[in-house]
Amino acid sequence: MNKIEFLTVLRERLQGLPEEDINKSIDFYCEMIDDRVEDGMSEAEAVDALGNIEEIISQILSEVSLPKLVKEKVKPKRALKAWEIVLLVLGAPLWIPLLAAVILTVLAVYLSVWSVIISLYAVDLSIAVSGLACIGVAVALLFDGQFVPAGVVFGTGLVCMGLAILLLFAFNLVTKGILWVSKKVLLGIKGLFIGK
Amino acid sequence: MDIQIKRGLLDVCVLAAIKNEDSYGYQIIKDMKPYMEISESTLYPILRRLEAANMLTVRSAEHNGRLRKYYHIEPLGLQRIEDFKEEWKEIMSIYSFVAREESTDE
Repeated sequence: MNKIEFLTVLRERLQGLPEEDINKSIDFYCEMIDDRVEDGMSEAEAVDALGNIEEIISQILSEVSLPKLVKEKVKPKRALKAWEIVLLVLGAPLWIPLLAAVILTVLAVYLSVWSVIISLYAVDLSIAVSGLACIGVAVALLFDGQFVPAGVVFGTGLVCMGLAILLLFAFNLVTKGILWVSKKVLLGIKGLFIGK
Repeated sequence: MDIQIKRGLLDVCVLAAIKNEDSYGYQIIKDMKPYMEISESTLYPILRRLEAANMLTVRSAEHNGRLRKYYHIEPLGLQRIEDFKEEWKEIMSIYSFVAREESTDE
């Protein structure tokens, strides 16, 4: 790929971002290619040295906020005509609840992701606490002279504690996974707003 | 190096690369190369973030008949470097603790 091809593809794929952001990105990568060529590389080598174009696009995208993307998408390219404004006002009872529904849905998804994570750790904490409680009860039974029940309860307590420790590691992994997936989903949603 | 540690160091390294004199994108990458490999796609968002945080400013200057962007460090950027040096003292004391444990084990 030569410089013009690379920059054309980049511009096409970033369509939907604010014009200013697109131009800044294009300028930056254009300068990078020019500097490498000046340093003795061929144009094709210079473009190759920039790395994977998908990587470049997802990096730019992850820095732009979703509201900014949406705003850019709905921003009219020209001034609204009088009848369009009338229509917008008349349609308000329809489109305002729809917009609110979309925003609330996104919010609800975020909340549920976090509540899953919080509930996982709550489960872990409760197991650990019951383990501690079991050991406490075992000590009390011991003083009461009930040795067999004390042993049973003590054992249960140890099992709980062990389980809590193991689950903590498992839940840490699950949380990492959930956060990774939600990051990818967000990038995917942003991707819907750009490109031709 | 651990990716999380590297991410934390990149911003300061970019600031350090423009600390003594104004520099441009490709030069920053070349200057950092012996210490830390950084790609264009990583550098670009960092520069924009540092600009938004008023740690550096950008000016365009002509070079060989085209425009090149030069990055200039601002007081906030210099402050960030100083803060980093302070933080590093703490990290060094942790390091000496870790290294000491290693030697007593043997």
